Amino acid sequence: MSPHSTYETLRQFADSWGLVATFVLFVVLVAWPFRPGARKANEEAANMIFAEDNRGGDYNGE
Amino acid sequence: MESIVARAGLWLVALMFAIFMFVNAVDTGFAIHMAVFGLAALVGLGFSLVKTNYLAAATGTGVALDQGKYDDDLVRAGVILTTFWGVVGFLVGLVIALQLAFPLLNFEPFLNFGRIRPLHTSAVIFAFGGTALISTSFYVVQRTCRARLALPGVARFVFWGYQLFIVLAATGYVLGITQAKEYAEPEWYVDLWLTLVWVAYLAVFVGTIMKRKEPHIYVANWFYLSFIITVAMLHLVNNVNLPISVFGSRSYPLWGGVQGALVQWWYGHNAVGFFLTAGFLAMMYYFVPKQAERPVYSYRLSIVHFWALIFLYIWAGPHHLHYTALPDWAQTLGMVFSVMLWMPSWGGMINGLMTLNGAWDKVRTDPIIRMMVMSVAFYGMSTFEGPMMSIKSVNSLSHYTDWTIGHVHSGALGWNGMITFSAVYFLVPRLWGRERMYSQRMINWHFWLATLGIVFYASSMWVAGITQGLMWREYGADGYLVNSFAETVQALHPMFILRALGGVMYLSGALIWAFNVWQTIAGNLRQEEPMRQATYDPAADRPLVAAE
Repeated sequence: MSPHSTYETLRQFADSWGLVATFVLFVVLVAWPFRPGARKANEEAANMIFAEDNRGGDYNGE
Repeated sequence: MESIVARAGLWLVALMFAIFMFVNAVDTGFAIHMAVFGLAALVGLGFSLVKTNYLAAATGTGVALDQGKYDDDLVRAGVILTTFWGVVGFLVGLVIALQLAFPLLNFEPFLNFGRIRPLHTSAVIFAFGGTALISTSFYVVQRTCRARLALPGVARFVFWGYQLFIVLAATGYVLGITQAKEYAEPEWYVDLWLTLVWVAYLAVFVGTIMKRKEPHIYVANWFYLSFIITVAMLHLVNNVNLPISVFGSRSYPLWGGVQGALVQWWYGHNAVGFFLTAGFLAMMYYFVPKQAERPVYSYRLSIVHFWALIFLYIWAGPHHLHYTALPDWAQTLGMVFSVMLWMPSWGGMINGLMTLNGAWDKVRTDPIIRMMVMSVAFYGMSTFEGPMMSIKSVNSLSHYTDWTIGHVHSGALGWNGMITFSAVYFLVPRLWGRERMYSQRMINWHFWLATLGIVFYASSMWVAGITQGLMWREYGADGYLVNSFAETVQALHPMFILRALGGVMYLSGALIWAFNVWQTIAGNLRQEEPMRQATYDPAADRPLVAAE
């Protein structure tokens, strides 16, 4: 295969199946947090940062 | 005892290796850098010998690490160094701004504009920004995973190894060692060192996520992780270089011509996208909700923001090569993806700002929140300006002019700077167990000086850039260009002075910041009027009695 046809093959893959696969992957990933039942998980995740005590390592609490 | 000997032996090998390279060096710059490497190994050797508890090692009664506490030593060092590098980076920025206005200030050869401009960009992006990213990521990943930092020894190597990278890069520029690629100036051996540090960074970060006690990986960690992985990929591809000699500082890149240019700007733009955007968004998604004491406006939107950014940013690089030898389709691709990026960017900005929904009064009462809001607003502003400038017809006016410089600085000073300052203001009292920062009013001063400084900077560069663009393209009736280059430079002189004034303001704000951080760490609290207090009039605080 000449370098030019490698370029052609890759370019054609990129603007056909490569594009479709990337787009489908993107849609699935973006749709994932909107799946039924995700609301509770999202809420928990958003609020988990407030569960910690949030003091530095050498700080003893009081 | 064996481990002490092994560790000391490892440092000694590193030292011997540096001496070997130093002796065989073919150029002065390389010799100096090998001496720096050797010095670092010597310092490491000294530390590991002095810091070891020999009695405990001999009797086998060491104090085990307290797993019930977070490992914050590096975060503390990181906050101090972030402050230090910030002030240094802004100062060098002011110097080069003055050099442009007053060329007399170019001190040949070590301190001319060509050498200290990369010193400025690397000092602010990699030293100030990078240290902030590494130290906040160590802080955030521990809190959001409810787990102590994995591989503590490796984490120390990452942190101090990165500082060594900064020193090597900075001294290299002054000595004239550069591969002349924007944001990728360090030469091959410094690139190899950074690769080593970065792989270790990935191991520490992923290791901590793997030992997490929380079911979900908080979104800030997604952004940090994408920043670490993508920077590794960009760094490796853009630095495929062949050294002329293994004992010399010079090398040649494997990619040539327009391919090389595309690889460079694929790297360059994604350094903006994943270093200066994804990494700092991680800071936004943790520190803004924490300071506002409210969860992020929409967690779902933050996930959409994340994936849209990942899938779009990586294609935007070609907009740096409009109207060049790059194929037209690639230029258009870069432009289209840049314009599409506007949507996730503004989604993220809205998410950050709306986190304050119902708590907007904090903008008035809490100067840290005020700074965060300004930072997110600048994120929105520069991610609107960027896509606009990537449109080819706009770019034909703006490219190569000072408009680009203004755009970069509204992003860097406004978004990256402000979110870093506010993260440091958040962290310092917590890391040193203080009630609050030394002075709230100084934070307010910092806020206004920084904001006004950016306004001076960005607006003078808009005027300068458009002036430049219009003067460059002006044709006379005879078909010749009307202005010589020197005439355009002369026309910009007042704008250059205004820009330097903006720099003075931004730097003064940063000095106040450094003083405030220093005083807080020293344990002082400034006696001052609170930022805002509702008025109370005891005389009016009684029932009205009807007059007889």
